[in-house]
Amino acid sequence: MQHVRTSGPGEEVAALDLAGISHSYGPKRALHDVSFSIAPGTFTVLLGLNGAGKTTLFSLISHLYGTRRGSIRIFGHDVSRASGEALRRVGIVFQARTLDLDLSVHQNLSYHASLHGIGGHQARQRIAALLDIVNMQGRQHDKARSLSGGQMRRIEIARALLHRPSLLLLDEATVGLDIQSRAGILATIRKLVETEGIGVLWATHLIDEVEDGDHVVVLRQGDLVATGKVADVVGTSGASSIRDAFSRLNRIETSGIAEMSP
Amino acid sequence: MSAPAMPAKVAALTPVKFEQFGLRHYLICLKGIVVRECLRFLHQRERFISSLVRPLVWLFIFAAGFRQVLGVSIIPPYKTYVLYEVYITPGLCGMILLFSGMQSSLSMVYDREMGNMRTLLVSPFPRWFLLISKMLAGVAVSIAQVYAFLIVAWFWGVKAPPLGYLTVLPALFLSGMMLCALGMLLSSMIKQLENFAGIMNFVIFPGYFASPALYPLWRIQEASPLLYKICLANPFTYAVELIRFAFYGQVEWLSLGVVAGCTLLFLAAAIIAYDPSRGLMTRKQDTGGNA
Repeated sequence: MQHVRTSGPGEEVAALDLAGISHSYGPKRALHDVSFSIAPGTFTVLLGLNGAGKTTLFSLISHLYGTRRGSIRIFGHDVSRASGEALRRVGIVFQARTLDLDLSVHQNLSYHASLHGIGGHQARQRIAALLDIVNMQGRQHDKARSLSGGQMRRIEIARALLHRPSLLLLDEATVGLDIQSRAGILATIRKLVETEGIGVLWATHLIDEVEDGDHVVVLRQGDLVATGKVADVVGTSGASSIRDAFSRLNRIETSGIAEMSP
Repeated sequence: MSAPAMPAKVAALTPVKFEQFGLRHYLICLKGIVVRECLRFLHQRERFISSLVRPLVWLFIFAAGFRQVLGVSIIPPYKTYVLYEVYITPGLCGMILLFSGMQSSLSMVYDREMGNMRTLLVSPFPRWFLLISKMLAGVAVSIAQVYAFLIVAWFWGVKAPPLGYLTVLPALFLSGMMLCALGMLLSSMIKQLENFAGIMNFVIFPGYFASPALYPLWRIQEASPLLYKICLANPFTYAVELIRFAFYGQVEWLSLGVVAGCTLLFLAAAIIAYDPSRGLMTRKQDTGGNA
């Protein structure tokens, strides 16, 4: 049985569609009635301070946790009922480093390719092409342990793209990186949106990473407090900039925001 | 809430049509998981050496000392008196499988803490298939360790019938599956790596010593009827006996039944425990993220 929601004429299936998502850890509420959609081929920033629920949301979208309340659909496929079909369309870069440090770059990527049923020549071709895209060509045989934080992130991005996903989820992908590495990774992802038409959900607490044309989704302590184009969110909150809007939405002093920025 | 407008230039790219997964894809996935486990094992030489040294210490030192103290009467499958070293060899094979099974449980807890486990669990293949593949990978590594031990034991003069090295393979496989499934189930219950020490104290040591690995059950029965009953309730007892009889080309049917049954039970419980909608994993605060 297929669990696909088809769209009507003229209606485009959302890359990601969340409806009424709630989640708690025992008595601790992590997410409450969160609903938003992401269109294919767009860059959406999921903004929230630490503890806002970004990682929980990622764990639900990637089916690490079961969805107890609400529904999550990826290109129309329900994550709970057709997780395989949904997960085939998603590439994920987790906040925690997930490379196997004892293995080489190529071994790490081959392993991931096999987890998506890609093997042999096809896998080797994809790995070579993606290492090129993330500017890590010639590093195939290096141990993951020998890479810098930024290089590891690049490999993780290549890994997330190996199975040609249509939606890329990145959870705080630039945390702990220097400014140059952050800018490089962000530029790579934005270019992928432009050239490959991949939809991206970029979770961050760094307001500097938001650009004027982006869509933003703002979480505060598990609640969705704003969503839309940057200009819309700024206008609705009566702020002068997205930094100011984020500050107002989180009810914190501007100096607090300044501290969050590198 | 409706989806934001989509750029016209990418409209043709989505939704993407994917080829259905067939047997070939499942085999690629299984191979990838097994190769990764083997590579990890080869890269961790200390793990290989310690897995080999542990049973060899028992064989070279413990067995040599106890040979004079502990007599082994003629009990099936043995048709003559056997040296104590010969008697404990199946138990030591079981010991390798037991430690290896728990090691794979430890590595799952470690992978979960470090985040590596997520890459496995977000694969689009069914969760049960991923977990069974992971178990098969663990068993493949365990069996390689057992044969490495048997080769050294052979040079030490502890020899099984030549055909026994082949007939023991299915018994090693099934026992390894049972212990890996148990390890997987335990890994779903352990929140942090630090808690793993409890597994040593509450699973590995009692499991090993309350079994016929080191001494025949009739001797245990003579010493303590209660301990004898505990041994009979211990699945590891049956794994050791299954291996012992298999070395001589025989099937101990009760052991086979218990080991097969426990394998299915532990596996089913592990699959449920790792199920995102029903299992224990969802109830835990995840690591590696903020909330």
